[in-house]
Amino acid sequence: MESNIKMHTKNLDFFYGNFQALHTVSIEFTQNQVTALIGPSGCGKSTYLRCLNRMNDLISGIRVEGQAMLDNIDIYDPSIDVVTLRRRVGMVFQKPNPFPKSIFENIAYGLKVNGVKDKAKITEIVEKSLKQAAIWEEVKDRMNDSSLGLSGGQQQRLCIARALAVDPEVLLMDEPASALDPIATQKIEELITELSSKLTIIIVTHNMQQAARISDRTAFFYMGKLIEVNDTDTLFTKPGLKQTEDYITGRFG
Amino acid sequence: MIKKRVFIQNTWFSIFKIAVLINGAALAVILFFIVSRGWRAISWEFLTQAPRDSMTAGGILPCIVGTVSLCLVTILVALPIGVASAIYLNEYATQGKLVRVIRLGINNLAGVPSIVFGLFGLAFFCIVLKMGVSVAAGGLTLGLMTLPVIIGASEEALKSVPNTYREASLAMGATKWQTIRKVVLPVAFPGIITGSILGISRAAGETAPIMYTGAVFFTPDLPTSIMDEVMALPYHIYVLATAGTHIEATRHLQYGTALVLIVLVLGMNLAAIILRSKMRKKLRI
Amino acid sequence: MKRQHIDKGVRSGFLLIALFSITALSLIMIFLFIEGLPIFDHVSIKEFIFGKYWYPTDDPADFGILALILGSVSVTFLSGIMAIPLGIMTAIYLAEIAPPTVAEIVKPIVELMASMPSVVIGFFGMVVVAPFIQKLFNIPVGLNMFNASLMLAFMAVPTICSISEDAVFSVPTALKEASFALGATHFETIVKIIIPASLSGICTAVILGLSRAVGETMVVLMAAGGAAMIPGSIFDPVRPLPASIAAEMAEAPFRSEHYHALFAIGIVLFLFTLIFNLIADFLSHKFRQVGEASL
Repeated sequence: MESNIKMHTKNLDFFYGNFQALHTVSIEFTQNQVTALIGPSGCGKSTYLRCLNRMNDLISGIRVEGQAMLDNIDIYDPSIDVVTLRRRVGMVFQKPNPFPKSIFENIAYGLKVNGVKDKAKITEIVEKSLKQAAIWEEVKDRMNDSSLGLSGGQQQRLCIARALAVDPEVLLMDEPASALDPIATQKIEELITELSSKLTIIIVTHNMQQAARISDRTAFFYMGKLIEVNDTDTLFTKPGLKQTEDYITGRFG
Repeated sequence: MIKKRVFIQNTWFSIFKIAVLINGAALAVILFFIVSRGWRAISWEFLTQAPRDSMTAGGILPCIVGTVSLCLVTILVALPIGVASAIYLNEYATQGKLVRVIRLGINNLAGVPSIVFGLFGLAFFCIVLKMGVSVAAGGLTLGLMTLPVIIGASEEALKSVPNTYREASLAMGATKWQTIRKVVLPVAFPGIITGSILGISRAAGETAPIMYTGAVFFTPDLPTSIMDEVMALPYHIYVLATAGTHIEATRHLQYGTALVLIVLVLGMNLAAIILRSKMRKKLRI
Repeated sequence: MKRQHIDKGVRSGFLLIALFSITALSLIMIFLFIEGLPIFDHVSIKEFIFGKYWYPTDDPADFGILALILGSVSVTFLSGIMAIPLGIMTAIYLAEIAPPTVAEIVKPIVELMASMPSVVIGFFGMVVVAPFIQKLFNIPVGLNMFNASLMLAFMAVPTICSISEDAVFSVPTALKEASFALGATHFETIVKIIIPASLSGICTAVILGLSRAVGETMVVLMAAGGAAMIPGSIFDPVRPLPASIAAEMAEAPFRSEHYHALFAIGIVLFLFTLIFNLIADFLSHKFRQVGEASL
């Protein structure tokens, strides 16, 4: 199996003003694999995720040191176009956030903004994305209805379809199922497994069983530091550090 | 393609910045003219003496006194009614038709043109209530006009009091009114005062509501009762500039009066803001 | 038990006081009508509103306010053209683009604009702007529609700006983040997501700003020129409705036809602003500010 590193960080430090939220985090993300980031609340895993598509840039007073690379190019290099980066590295958020537009317009938005003008092409990609997100059957007859009429689980799959429409190479998911019921969660998890054959997926989750179910590799964060990263099976059955073992067995967090 | 999108963004953002600069420039120009042409008229005599020689010399003391008296009546009228209305809306009222009607009343009262307030004041206070042209009539008219402002500011101040304070008080067995009186109002006090001062500063600068209800071009004596007619700063500017007998000759005095009015209004705004931050520090909000 | 009675009494007391506003509003309407309706014994409503000639002191008097209405409409419209873009762009700048330190300077500037007394602005228009535009555009008189519109725009911008800014500021961050994460630029996010989401608030802001312009008295009294004629160009002097009332009230004998006619103008003006405010109220209720997805 060809082991291609799609994204990696090397000694990544992150500061909110004077407070250091991430300490020298180095992780490699293999192409077409699912990597889960786990750890107790406030350990920095979401902050780390948002570094990978530079969403943290929207907050004032932040500082990044170290390297974050996409295909061996530093994404924090001043010459990098952030707009293109965010198209290549997509994001799905914890709480579904569809635009207050029709289902069709939600998916078409990313395409239009990135320059796709041909109506036929847009319609084609919209359908393909909704199929990829396993929601096409449920919405194909109400494409012009408002997205806000969908259930929570459906809205989240809509957001996934929306992210897929712009053809990203990496998909960042920030606790995508934490606000959903168990059945919707299961659907999302199946979706992730299916998508990983074409995309590199990095998912933050506070649900360890979920991490064990769907990820190939898992990284354990604590207090802004990377404690351990390994193949998921290994991390959960034979953790290398006591701290990891304590967290996994529920002794804290 | 990206370059084009970023170029479009930068162009538009520059246009936005120009818009902001236009606003700032307009304000600067107005202030510049008023200050540069008005400061020469300011002197101790100007502020403490009455006008002489058909207004071409002397001072504007009666105008200052008149404006202050009008403001006093305004606040006496608008503050209690305004705060009480806000208390009802925020502390007692439940969602329903009645509340919507009351709010509609307040919002539309806020939108009534100042000259219509003047007409009403004339017809109702001066004539029906037989107050004539007086501080009382003018102040009541201004008070009506200022009411929505005070209600709005008070409501905001009341809303910002955390609900946990109310709950803690009620949980100790206090009644709703006791809670409002002893817990909510003291905390909301800075916001209410700030809003009131801002409302008064607006009332001080208004001309149309007092043109026919309280202000006159000239009265020889300072007011001794609220039934007296008065001179007022904004009205003075207007009359000197448009209908006075020596428009050009009094131009510098017009600028001077305008400057005094601006200083008064801005001074009140500044006082309100400082007062609020000081009080907030005391209450540690 | 006694405390509960007192509490109930207190509540009723406050309710009574709260009803004061609507009572005052009703009284204003009543008195406007009482003093204004008698004019329609002398002239029909149609002649009043559409009559082109306003000569209240002639014998026989003419009470047609069409020129005055058109004066108001034209001045408000022209000031809107200037104030709406300026106000909205400043609002967006403050809410989305300005760095915090710059916002700390711009906000007070807008608030300062709002607190300028109208008579000072009218004075400025009369004394500084009028001779300036007279020379600049080579026109016979500098007190005209254009002058008044400029000054009214100055007064309307803060209103439009602060209400729009609130609306733009309350668009949930989640929507903005979703747009950014798809690779949209900040400007595209503003135009395609933020503005549509805050549209009802922006419309309310515009309507309230224009309502202020319609009702403003001192500025139009001092800077608009005072000619009760239908304007042919933006440099014509006009006499909007509030100016007519303020200018002529002093010389109208008590309860004469002229007096009643002025009150009738007050009715028209009041109805104008009432309609504006009702539309703004309707808009802000019907299209509630957009929120995030709910589960």
